[in-house]
Amino acid sequence: MTKFRILATTALLTQTAFAPAWAAETHPVTGEPLAADQTFEYRLLDQFPSIDPQLIEETVGGHLARQLFEGLLTQNADGTLRPGVAEEWSSEDNQTWTFKLREDARWSNGDPVTAQDFVFAWQRAADPATASEYAWYVELSQITNASAVTSGEADPSELGVRAIDDRTLEVSLARPLPYFPQMTVHYTFMPTHPPTVEAHGAAWTNPANIVSNGAYVLEDMAVNEFVRLVQNPEYWGAEDVIITEITGYVINDANQALNRFQAGEFDMMDDLPAGSYPRLEEEMPDVAHSVPRLCSYYYTVNQTETGHEALQDPRVRTALSYMINRDVITDQVLKAGQAPAYSFTHWATADFELPEIDYALWSQEERMEKAKALMEEAGYGPDNPIELDLIYNTSENHKQIATVVSQMWRPLGVTTKLSNYEWQSYLEIRGNQNFDIARSAWCGDYNEASTFLDLLTTRNANNDGKYSNEKVDQLMLDSVTMSDPQPTYAEVEKILAEDMAVLPIYHYTQNFVLDPTIRNWPTENVENNWYVRDIYRVATD
Amino acid sequence: MSFYILKRLLVAIPVLLFLIVFTFVLMYAAPGSPFASERGIPPAVLANLQAQYGLDQPFHIQIWRYLVALVTEFDFGPSFIYRDQDVNSLIAQGFPVTLTYGFWSFVVAVLVGGALGILAAVRHNTWLDYLAVGVSIGAQVLPNFVLAPILVLTFTLWLGWLPGGGWQGGQWQFVVLPVIALSTSYMASIARIARASMLEVLTSNYIRTARAKGLPARRVILRHALKPALLPVISYLGPAFVGMITGSVVIDIYFSTGGIGQFFVASALNRDYGVMMGITILLGALTILFNLLVDVLYAWIDPKIRY
Amino acid sequence: MFATKSVADDLATAPLKGRSLWADARARFFHNRAAVTGLIVLIAVACFAIMGPFIAPWNNEDIDWNVLGNVQTGGRPSLETGHWFGTDALGRDLFARTVQGTQISLLVGIVGALISVIVGTLYGAVAGYFGGRIDNVMMRVVDVLMSIPYMFVLILLLVVFGRSLFMLFVGIGLVSWLDMARIARGQTLTLKGKAYIEAARATGVRPFTIILRHIIPNLLGVVIVYATLLVPSMIIYESFISFLGLGVQEPLTSWGALINDGAAEMTNGTLWMLTWPLLFFVITLFGFFFVGDGLRDALDPKDR
Repeated sequence: MTKFRILATTALLTQTAFAPAWAAETHPVTGEPLAADQTFEYRLLDQFPSIDPQLIEETVGGHLARQLFEGLLTQNADGTLRPGVAEEWSSEDNQTWTFKLREDARWSNGDPVTAQDFVFAWQRAADPATASEYAWYVELSQITNASAVTSGEADPSELGVRAIDDRTLEVSLARPLPYFPQMTVHYTFMPTHPPTVEAHGAAWTNPANIVSNGAYVLEDMAVNEFVRLVQNPEYWGAEDVIITEITGYVINDANQALNRFQAGEFDMMDDLPAGSYPRLEEEMPDVAHSVPRLCSYYYTVNQTETGHEALQDPRVRTALSYMINRDVITDQVLKAGQAPAYSFTHWATADFELPEIDYALWSQEERMEKAKALMEEAGYGPDNPIELDLIYNTSENHKQIATVVSQMWRPLGVTTKLSNYEWQSYLEIRGNQNFDIARSAWCGDYNEASTFLDLLTTRNANNDGKYSNEKVDQLMLDSVTMSDPQPTYAEVEKILAEDMAVLPIYHYTQNFVLDPTIRNWPTENVENNWYVRDIYRVATD
Repeated sequence: MSFYILKRLLVAIPVLLFLIVFTFVLMYAAPGSPFASERGIPPAVLANLQAQYGLDQPFHIQIWRYLVALVTEFDFGPSFIYRDQDVNSLIAQGFPVTLTYGFWSFVVAVLVGGALGILAAVRHNTWLDYLAVGVSIGAQVLPNFVLAPILVLTFTLWLGWLPGGGWQGGQWQFVVLPVIALSTSYMASIARIARASMLEVLTSNYIRTARAKGLPARRVILRHALKPALLPVISYLGPAFVGMITGSVVIDIYFSTGGIGQFFVASALNRDYGVMMGITILLGALTILFNLLVDVLYAWIDPKIRY
Repeated sequence: MFATKSVADDLATAPLKGRSLWADARARFFHNRAAVTGLIVLIAVACFAIMGPFIAPWNNEDIDWNVLGNVQTGGRPSLETGHWFGTDALGRDLFARTVQGTQISLLVGIVGALISVIVGTLYGAVAGYFGGRIDNVMMRVVDVLMSIPYMFVLILLLVVFGRSLFMLFVGIGLVSWLDMARIARGQTLTLKGKAYIEAARATGVRPFTIILRHIIPNLLGVVIVYATLLVPSMIIYESFISFLGLGVQEPLTSWGALINDGAAEMTNGTLWMLTWPLLFFVITLFGFFFVGDGLRDALDPKDR
């Protein structure tokens, strides 16, 4: 009898130990004491339109996807590749890639994650019938027939991805792409569970239906209010996952969100209120963080007929660029560690070496002098003023920068009309070149300079200013097959600076506040990809 | 009376129809598309998106389909942005929230405002009266988008008594601040109206007569003065209701309550035609219904009115 | 939104006063201390809006580069720097911006009230004067328009056609006249039976001449009272639109926009950005309420 009871107790103990009750325990690696309450709560800027990996098109849903689903590869805290569902990956020629899937990868309903699931998901992303707004990402990855599939000319089954067996996925590309593995980290390439999608249609992501393969599963959500995720016991690495529950609260207003953060209602928020960072850093240095983020903020200059004719003159563009005092914008307006930008590519991009760009080294006085001379040369100035229409999408930061820049341009005889639009209108106006200058930003889709520089090639769909230089096009084309494209990238940057293709303003930082008991946050990940399965909460004494 | 109600309800049909067509035309004319994306969308994908939502059809077909689905199945169609949801389910999630805090705000505004106004009138020209008038004018002109952050700073950040937002199924802690923020200015308006009309009634001949007869003041006020004094308050309820629906936008944005105000603004900004239409129609119908309710209530209280 | 609807209903049934009572009314108005205070405040605010640009050392769009970046200390209200009200978060002079915001907000209020007076009065007078089927149809139209959630329609208008002052006026104009039309109609109905109107009609004066010459002048008292109370509604209305970020374009501003910006900076130790515009907003609304109440009491001499 006694023996039996002891056995039962041990069984119970093992069980509770397995289900992560980390109370009064220590971190297996670092030995830090862990808090009893291992929940993580954070603020969502907005309601995510979807958490279907193939339909996601913005960051809020993207962050959730990284917790709910696991792609072939994921990232370490510093952004380097780490095996996900794929254990090994290889390619002889950078054109045909083979991924070996791990045996113990499971969906949350217990089904194994197979190569066929990836084929299903990737075909689904490219299929025009899915109508994914991120179908372009499949094209970008250069998978064979991707463009033909997204344009409806080829059947999705012709996409260059196939399952050799349950555990081997082979991807063939139209041209060699050394950084293809990096691209598989993205949510568009995460797997989806075919029977679930087929059974429920659009409603498959409802908490009641969803089947996922990440460290967490969707437990509950209320639109525009919150979303709650709990641990996925089927996840192959579930034993190492410490945080048991994730809750995201939708809070649109940044100031309100910050108030609630300070009242201790949640652990993390980004998109801090404009201008609040210096105060936060001063009051709570261990809470406020500013880390590089792979995005560039720039002004697009419309160089087509619909823009002001003066803007087709590189001298005028250069003069406008010289007049922008980047230090004032980064140090006095944004005040959160952003770096002044003189190149389009973000300085922290992997392997990218910032070329020496002349005007970056000058003093602002020198730049202003040169700007005035250039303007005069081009035949403009206070006696022949220019009026420019500057558009931006509604945001306090964009408004402030636009206001400051318009004041900086005034000595050149440039008057600026500010127009702000809601995001959707703004995209349409910018896409149709109905502007002179447009506030723009570009975030790297993967950590490599071409994600930025491709944008300024003639045929790129996002080249809204329609800058065009054959030499840039050729160099970017050549760079693809080079073993070390970095010098070419530097050369392209130099040409862009000479032509002043766009007016770079600053390189982003990711600014956020994080509860200091949360540890192991990936502050070195410039793509701002975080995985809750890696973080934990330490006990406070 | 029932004939009158029936007539009003019948009139509501063309009104709603007008509203639907008007909103539809506005959306049709709007620049910007729900599917605009910073990264270019392949044309075939865009065409499929358009087809999925019937946007490839001519205008009259689109509106006809919309109306048919609405009338026959009470189906507001799909959301253009929240692709995992349809409008009916979004409204089903957001509307009860708005209704809950809207209802409590309404109750608080009417009861507190009415009581304050009547008390001020009864104690005319005393400190209580002046205090009530001062407070109510102040409350009336303080915009709720200033009041809301002040409430949060005080009760959440400073005192730590109440959560600064969220809804959590409508637990009372989450309802208090939204109700205060929403009801204050209407409470103030109602107090002012109630005070003015109570004063008028108190100086009228029949009340003077009643008082002269030596009836106790309390009885005079409750029995004879209250009902007529409340008539103007009732006629204010219609506009107050509409105002509160509008105010719910501020509440939803600040307190992240997940009500339909937030849905509406977000849908207008994102060109989510489906949600935009759905909420406009819903609110139009509600406004009509509520105005009718107020008129009936008015008639019931005021025997002079005959339909 | 229209806090004054009950007043409107009061007025629709209130007895009419002849023109001879104007002098009496004036005397009564000036005996009302609150109303006179309100009037003085309004005159002061109007002077501020008109004279402000001439005395402000800064204009509303120039950035004070010395202040930008250290607004918490350098942007404080101060006589020395010439920023009497301090600066906004970008180092722009708050005095100049408040002056300019006052102009916009008053403009919105007054234009809204004017549209309401012109359209509403004419509409109501015509409906009331002709009566019968015309009246019926015209008032049904008003009923229809009244049941539209107009704030939502205005948001749609501004989003769809882009924000502009003009669109704001259109949106406000669309709804502001509805109550006024009802009031004017009610009053016209009681006027119609008056002997001098009957006389005019008997001598063959054309209906529109009667409306313009005889009816409308007699509606003025009621119309003015209501219009005074409508202005603050319009101002509140605009501030709400600004809160949603759909108000006037930068560098122009309005009270609503300034208050909203100031409220956002509330915890950053720059409270002056909220208090100055809020002060003007509040005292002006107070002023209009007091003057409106005073006018009503003055024109309706029932002893209160």
